[in-house]
Amino acid sequence: MRVRTRVTSAVTAVGALLALSGCGAADMTKQASPYANAAGAKTVTLSVQSWVGAQADVAVAEYLLKNELGYRVDKVQIDEVPAWDALSQGRVDAIMEDWGHPEQEQRYVKDKKTIVPGGDVGVTGHIGWYVPTYFAKKHPDVTNWKNLNKYADQFRTSESGDKGQLMDGSPSYVTNDKALVQNLGLDYEVVFAGSEAAQITQIEQFAKKQKPFLTYWYKPQWLFEKVPMTEVKLPEYKEGCDADPAKIKCAYPHTPLQKYFNADFAKNGGEAAKFLKNFTWSEADQNEVSLMIADKKMSPDDAAKAWIDKNPSKWKAWLPK
Amino acid sequence: MATATASSPVRDTGIGALLRHRAVGKLLLLAVAAAVVVPILNAKWASGAWPDALTVDLTEPLGKTTDWIIDNRDSHWLFTYFFGHISNAIVLSVRGVYLVLLAAGWAGVTAAAGLIAWRVAGVKLAVMAAASFAVCGLLGMWVPTMQTLALMIVAVLASVVLGLLLGLAGGLNDRIFRILRPVLDTMQVLPAYAYLLPFALVFGMGVPAAIIATVVYAAPPMARLTALGLRGADGGVMEAVSSLGATARQRLFSARLPLALKQLMLGVNQTIMMALSMAVIASVIGAGGLGDRVYQALSTVDVGQALAGGIPIVLLAVVLDRVTGAAGERMGAHVEDDSPLRGWRGWSIAAAVTVVAALAARFADRVDWPTGWVVNIAPSVNTAKDWMVDHLYTDVPVVGGTADWAAHFTTWVLNPVRDGLQGLPWWSVLLIVAALAWLIGTWQTALTAVAAMGAIGVLGVWNKSLDTLSQVLAGVAVTLVLGFAIGVAASRSARLERLLRPVLDVFQTMPQFVYLIPVVALFGIGRAPAVAAAVVYALPAVVRITTQGLRQVDAAAMESSRSLGATSWQQLRQVQLPLARPALLLALNQGVVLVLAVVVIGGLVGGGALGYDVVFGIAQGDLATGLVAGAAIVCLGLMLDRVTQPTERRAKKGA
Repeated sequence: MRVRTRVTSAVTAVGALLALSGCGAADMTKQASPYANAAGAKTVTLSVQSWVGAQADVAVAEYLLKNELGYRVDKVQIDEVPAWDALSQGRVDAIMEDWGHPEQEQRYVKDKKTIVPGGDVGVTGHIGWYVPTYFAKKHPDVTNWKNLNKYADQFRTSESGDKGQLMDGSPSYVTNDKALVQNLGLDYEVVFAGSEAAQITQIEQFAKKQKPFLTYWYKPQWLFEKVPMTEVKLPEYKEGCDADPAKIKCAYPHTPLQKYFNADFAKNGGEAAKFLKNFTWSEADQNEVSLMIADKKMSPDDAAKAWIDKNPSKWKAWLPK
Repeated sequence: MATATASSPVRDTGIGALLRHRAVGKLLLLAVAAAVVVPILNAKWASGAWPDALTVDLTEPLGKTTDWIIDNRDSHWLFTYFFGHISNAIVLSVRGVYLVLLAAGWAGVTAAAGLIAWRVAGVKLAVMAAASFAVCGLLGMWVPTMQTLALMIVAVLASVVLGLLLGLAGGLNDRIFRILRPVLDTMQVLPAYAYLLPFALVFGMGVPAAIIATVVYAAPPMARLTALGLRGADGGVMEAVSSLGATARQRLFSARLPLALKQLMLGVNQTIMMALSMAVIASVIGAGGLGDRVYQALSTVDVGQALAGGIPIVLLAVVLDRVTGAAGERMGAHVEDDSPLRGWRGWSIAAAVTVVAALAARFADRVDWPTGWVVNIAPSVNTAKDWMVDHLYTDVPVVGGTADWAAHFTTWVLNPVRDGLQGLPWWSVLLIVAALAWLIGTWQTALTAVAAMGAIGVLGVWNKSLDTLSQVLAGVAVTLVLGFAIGVAASRSARLERLLRPVLDVFQTMPQFVYLIPVVALFGIGRAPAVAAAVVYALPAVVRITTQGLRQVDAAAMESSRSLGATSWQQLRQVQLPLARPALLLALNQGVVLVLAVVVIGGLVGGGALGYDVVFGIAQGDLATGLVAGAAIVCLGLMLDRVTQPTERRAKKGA
């Protein structure tokens, strides 16, 4: 008897869950975070990308959303491509800094219309190859790719064997480096650090010992303030020269970074959506906050507050009227 | 962790000689087979690398699958009427638990934790549980701790229910049991990273996918131990129950399950531990909570902040482990509890105190953890880490710095092993695997091992897998050397063992993301830090099993050897180690499994090869790269398991 009641209650429980979730068709386009809107607060969920620049955007946006507009902010860190998927389903409301994902734009913005562009961040991103400035000063000709082979043995590590090491970072980053090394006939081995954290740690260790290194890196980035680096000139970028990934022979483009919103949030997100749409600042602003977070190890919240206290005229313009 | 249960084998020179004879026979047979097959293979595909003709490219079908899922997710009945409900139910349950925890406030939750621990495990653990929750608050991690707790409660409940059902089926039916075993093996060896992405695509980013991934990983020990407990039911008792005319269902509920209670409790305990170890990995797809804090701290290279997120995970793990462990022991012991607080009275007092605490905090308007009570440990941790790195990285007199060791290890060990393996003709690798597996097991194990290696070739990741294999072999070697040394020392000194216990606990439960940065800071990027991370993770289990194995060596044998005048060293070498051989073999097997489990983490610090591919797959939403690499890791695991596990299968990771 007891068994039967247990089974019945289990069935009822499952039934109740199904009933709660709306018995009929489940709407897969709505996937709000279970932590959102807890205790009656209005919540905005922002996706944080793994690099500090994006964290700075989010930190300042979060501070203002919380203290000026009265929202609770939920942050989730997801890799770039999965973040687009999360955005289309409403698991996050906004991506604050995107470095260009043409395939995703086509799919979600143009075809499915579940994501809408949110305008410029105000920052232009650029990927390139860099050597530490202390090394470039001693060997000025290293800053042209044509001379890289001459220095290959100086960039050698135990990982790269008898070739020079070109250090690449996180697997989520856009990179053509393997193809570039091959197509430009360079005597280098691309070694993937596997994560930005590992790459930064390694760069800092090299810098401490004033060792030469060659690395994939990007601007704007706070690390330049700590470890000055000089870009190595690659063959000039021209529109379309990166069309065929296998034949690539040119530098990376300069990309004005973009914001993207969940379509539903953009329409019904009220003040938060308007505010995030207005949000735009300069590279210098972003770097200031990034450096406080990453180097001075301030909490993103404190770093945001420091910048906000100093620049009221800038952020007041973002508030919805 | 698993314990050594097999008894030591009886040494018989006759059988030994025969075995040796058999071994020669097997090798001869294999040599003959090779002599016939190899020339044919060589004539067809002359190069030493895995022939392209024998690979299957899965990029296109898997890419199409991804597209199909994304395009049909909002409309196809499979999603709207099935997967959608599952993920909605998960979100609702997590949300429900989370809201209850928030409503209880920090006071209510801490009180409840302490009181539950008191009821099931005694006063000492009650204090520990309450203190641990207080520490989570002190570290400024209250809200993320509650998010993780909500996730864990739902995931563990789901895993236990699923594990129980599978275990019941396997425990009552031999056929199902046989089918179940390889399925459970795969569920545990497949790196969680590899299936995070498909789950996220199907069930939605974040919590739903995270919970399902956790269940896949955490349910197997519950299923295994349930089946084991049911099968181990005492025959005499069962017969007695049947003779009383009980029906099959009555037999199950009145005899089998109660007899297996202790095993079931152990299963719950293992499930909780496995689920917690997924807390951080799940944050990669946006599950939130403590894991997300650790993951975000990683991106600013902030070890202190990562540690602040990692400590609550360790505390939760240790508290839950001890409490469920103690509960299991009490259930097994059947002690008569005759205190006035036994049974429902104790529980109702516990419930009342919890409610009072929660209400008190509410009226005092202190539901959230007070911001003034937060200690920021990050700056001092970072200073300590910087000091350590500055003084150990390089130019240490005599011994050299960690960076130099790493470079030497890479050049002298990792490179030759990798190049050696990759330089071998592909068929000879298969032959070696066949020979090793056959010598140690039966022709079936050899066949499985070879098939697993073959599958790797067919998947088109032959060279990468051999690179990973070389890292795993190096990691296992280092782990075993260190593990056996520490294990031997600990088995001889009870004090050392006591001192080691909390250290091993921390190493075992600390999320690997926390020590990635220190590892890179000390060893640079590359394969050496990947191996180091693997050693840190696998060492505790090896030390524990070794210590336990050596301790269990028959006291009489030790005594008699001492009376014969054997020195301590002779005793160890000639008595203890040979007698503890099964335990040492289990340690080897565990070492392999655990090192392999960290391959993906190694990908995050420059280990490259399969680990990087798995991480790449999730970062780029590339199902093909991630899944193929994940499958190759499973195959490697299968092969290594068959090659290191003599004939009879023993308890595996977690069961």
